[in-house]
Amino acid sequence: MNIVVCLKQTFDTEAKIVLDSNGKIDSNGVNLVINPYDEYAVEEALKLKEKFGGEVTLVSMGSERVQESIRTALAMGCDKGILVNDPSIENPDEWATSEILAKAVSQIPYDIILAGRIAVDDGSSQVAIRLADALNIPSVSSILKLEIEDNKGTVTREIDGGTELIEVGLPAVLTAQKGLNEPRYPSMMGIMKAKKKEIKVLTLADLGMSAADLPRKMSIPKFSLPNARTAGKKISGEAAEAAQELARLLREEAKVI
Amino acid sequence: MNFELNEDHIMMRKMVRDFAEEECAPGSEERDEKEEFPMELWKKCGELGLAGITFAEEYGGVGADYLSYAITIEELSRVDASLGVTISAHSSLCANPINLFGTEEQKQKYLVPLATGEKMGAFGLTEAMAGSDASGTRTTAVKEGNEYVINGSKIFITNGYYADTYVITAQMDKSKGNKGIAAFILEKGTPGFTFGKKEKKMGIRSSATYELVFENCRIPAENLLGQEGQGFKIAMTTLDYGRIGIASQALGIAQGAYEQALKYSKERSQFGKTLSQLDVIQFKLADMALQIEAARLLVYQACDLATKHKPVSKYAAMAKVFAAETANKVATQAVQILGGYGYTRDYPVERMMRDAKITEIYEGTSEIQRIVIAANILKD
Amino acid sequence: MAKGIWIVIEQSKLEIRKVSLELLSQGRIIADKTGEPLIAVILGKGVTDLAKRVAAYGADKVILVDDDKLADYTTGAYTSVLNKLIRKEEPQAVLIGNTAVGKDLAPRLAQRLGVGMASDCTGMENEEESFLTFKRPIYGGKAFAQVASNVRPVVATIRPNTFPVAAEDASHQAEVVNETADIDPADLRAIVKEIAIATSQRPELIEANIIISGGRGMKGPENYTILEECADVIGAAVGASRAAVDAGWIEQKFQVGQTGKTVSPTLYIACGISGAIQHLAGMGSSKVIVAINKDPEANIFNLADYSIVGDLFEIIPLLTEEFKKLS
Repeated sequence: MNIVVCLKQTFDTEAKIVLDSNGKIDSNGVNLVINPYDEYAVEEALKLKEKFGGEVTLVSMGSERVQESIRTALAMGCDKGILVNDPSIENPDEWATSEILAKAVSQIPYDIILAGRIAVDDGSSQVAIRLADALNIPSVSSILKLEIEDNKGTVTREIDGGTELIEVGLPAVLTAQKGLNEPRYPSMMGIMKAKKKEIKVLTLADLGMSAADLPRKMSIPKFSLPNARTAGKKISGEAAEAAQELARLLREEAKVI
Repeated sequence: MNFELNEDHIMMRKMVRDFAEEECAPGSEERDEKEEFPMELWKKCGELGLAGITFAEEYGGVGADYLSYAITIEELSRVDASLGVTISAHSSLCANPINLFGTEEQKQKYLVPLATGEKMGAFGLTEAMAGSDASGTRTTAVKEGNEYVINGSKIFITNGYYADTYVITAQMDKSKGNKGIAAFILEKGTPGFTFGKKEKKMGIRSSATYELVFENCRIPAENLLGQEGQGFKIAMTTLDYGRIGIASQALGIAQGAYEQALKYSKERSQFGKTLSQLDVIQFKLADMALQIEAARLLVYQACDLATKHKPVSKYAAMAKVFAAETANKVATQAVQILGGYGYTRDYPVERMMRDAKITEIYEGTSEIQRIVIAANILKD
Repeated sequence: MAKGIWIVIEQSKLEIRKVSLELLSQGRIIADKTGEPLIAVILGKGVTDLAKRVAAYGADKVILVDDDKLADYTTGAYTSVLNKLIRKEEPQAVLIGNTAVGKDLAPRLAQRLGVGMASDCTGMENEEESFLTFKRPIYGGKAFAQVASNVRPVVATIRPNTFPVAAEDASHQAEVVNETADIDPADLRAIVKEIAIATSQRPELIEANIIISGGRGMKGPENYTILEECADVIGAAVGASRAAVDAGWIEQKFQVGQTGKTVSPTLYIACGISGAIQHLAGMGSSKVIVAINKDPEANIFNLADYSIVGDLFEIIPLLTEEFKKLS
């Protein structure tokens, strides 16, 4: 089975966010990790490989540093990586990202494409689904369980207040929700083997594209930091007093009850 | 000379750290309190390839260098020193002597399952009359036909009772002193081999420390490790390499204690400032950071020599004694910085302080390490 | 040329979701300001009667697409229908609630239309050049991005509870247009076999106005009944922090936080929750935060509007009684 995983490198969720002098998000000193939701996609891909045989190829976009994350996924057991790294296109919007990934993925055989349902940095939750449309294949988002038989996927998908069971023909794009699986740690052996695995680095030209093909659909974002929430009222007294005072404040002052 | 870790080592450190924080740290206090051996975690360590890091792939190992091993033991010990020594004793004290001195058959039969983590190992050298002075060995081995008969006992054996494979020393000819000692490979369940006292300890309480008892225990002649009379040399070489493991354990304890103190000092306020804003505390933290850095460099140097198969005795002894003394100083200072809270079980530093002490004692006391260093520098 | 602001109405079993009413209400304000018509688009089966409802919330026109194949939401069919309608009618903007449906539908639709999209917006303003600018949280709410679309239609999903629901005006009339469902067969490759909705009287977390949440301080699964009793008196949803979910005390679907659900209630009551940054990512945009925790140093006290340092096991039952007295 040819399994493709779309991998994004993001800030660690613990990272403190500051703006630099240009008003952009400062990445200095920030710990970069595999987007946690993409880890579920990698794990699911590895389980499919264990069951059906085949190869897991990682596809990613970004700067050279992204190789660290690809290498970690290779250490987990994936087979090869493709990184699109082209400085001529800076901070592409979701549409451009999807167009580029679609071109990259189209160059390799794929039976199934997995990705995390959302990236913890921009929180857009768009690219994987856009990719499916660009490739003209079905997509199922936010999956909690996946079974494959006879080139068909039976998927449990999370919806508001419950789940639904979907049958989808492959190839398809599936996006992983937390709870799909428990991502494995890379083993020592896996780490040792990872450096011998191939990471192909491509430019837009290698994909037959140029920045001119990818006009911005969205404006360049302007960033701001939230106003610090400060501590409000401390309600003291015995439990009974405090509870009474809180209820009163919520009703009369905050007017939320 | 490159002082930065390469990509692989960085990845290994991250993997073991994540594993340690997510899986090992949560139950560490409870295991310490109940003196509960970390069996499930041992198995997971095996699955991750942590049981045979330095052994060749053909023997079920990972074929990685000593630095990878040191990083592993350090990261495990940073959250749970008992788990750190469980892996270290298994690897350095049991699997390694078989790796260095075993026959091909012995390596296939014993080293492979140890390296893969399928079986656990332990090392039986210490006895009631043989601590720092190995010539006090009273356990005996007598050759009878194609068997050896072992009689005697060993105390303070790490991983005792839980380990499947044991490398032990026994005296075959008292008149030859140390040159009469031989080393053997022994399996749990061999008739005549039982376990005695379980030690109640000050620290590393979830590490298993047991007495081994041999009563006319018969083992096949093929279980002799190396040559008769080579046992003392095997033990000393084993300990030389094992010291890197304990130095790493001590380094991990120090690092863990230091991080607790650093974090607390930024959160706790007294006299209108955080502790980290007070000179008194800043100097303590600076000293802790400095000592840990020095210990780390000594450990890494010893690793470099070990990986290159260069003589490691002096440097391993230096790393061990310095890291052990650092761990004790840093952990004690960490309790001091956390004050009253640090003395309670609500914070892990009191456990780290209790755990640190043994690193100055086992696998060669700090006094013995100094004897080793002196012997090395004076013979040059 | 006035082309309209489209609100894609989400309905489930012919119940209109609250977020759609929120979007109609806010859409009405923008429509009044710009002179654009406000157009509600409803896909489903048997949806005719819903037209009156959306008219009462301000729609000038309602486009109904009533078809068997649209009875339940599916990615392909809905994308297909909306894509064809939008290409025909060319609205200025298309707004969808950021629900499970919205998150699934909007990106696919945007790609098919060849346009950009702003996701999970918590602010929306009319602007001269780009028609709408959006404010959206990034990095788990630790920062915000202000974005706009360079092309038309502007497509965005809006976080539930961002805009208030206006008062209903039954006298407001809307033109009703019926369209046929034009579905590409290629868009029917994913089939919904079964839908399992957990039967719970409590509101859905991402839409709830009030949430009472329990963390590590709950000490065990059985203690959540204390929160449930309180929730039922005030009509709240029950949530949890990651610590409680990881400990196995409560299901993952209740988790609020960076790797759980993002909520935006009017009132968030955090019980035994320390306030780790990842939890804040999930509830930091709550209007009012109440924190009850035994630990006076808990981080959550640094941002709670009302704090009680105390034992939640004593306080919550007493609070439940106080709430009962108020109602």
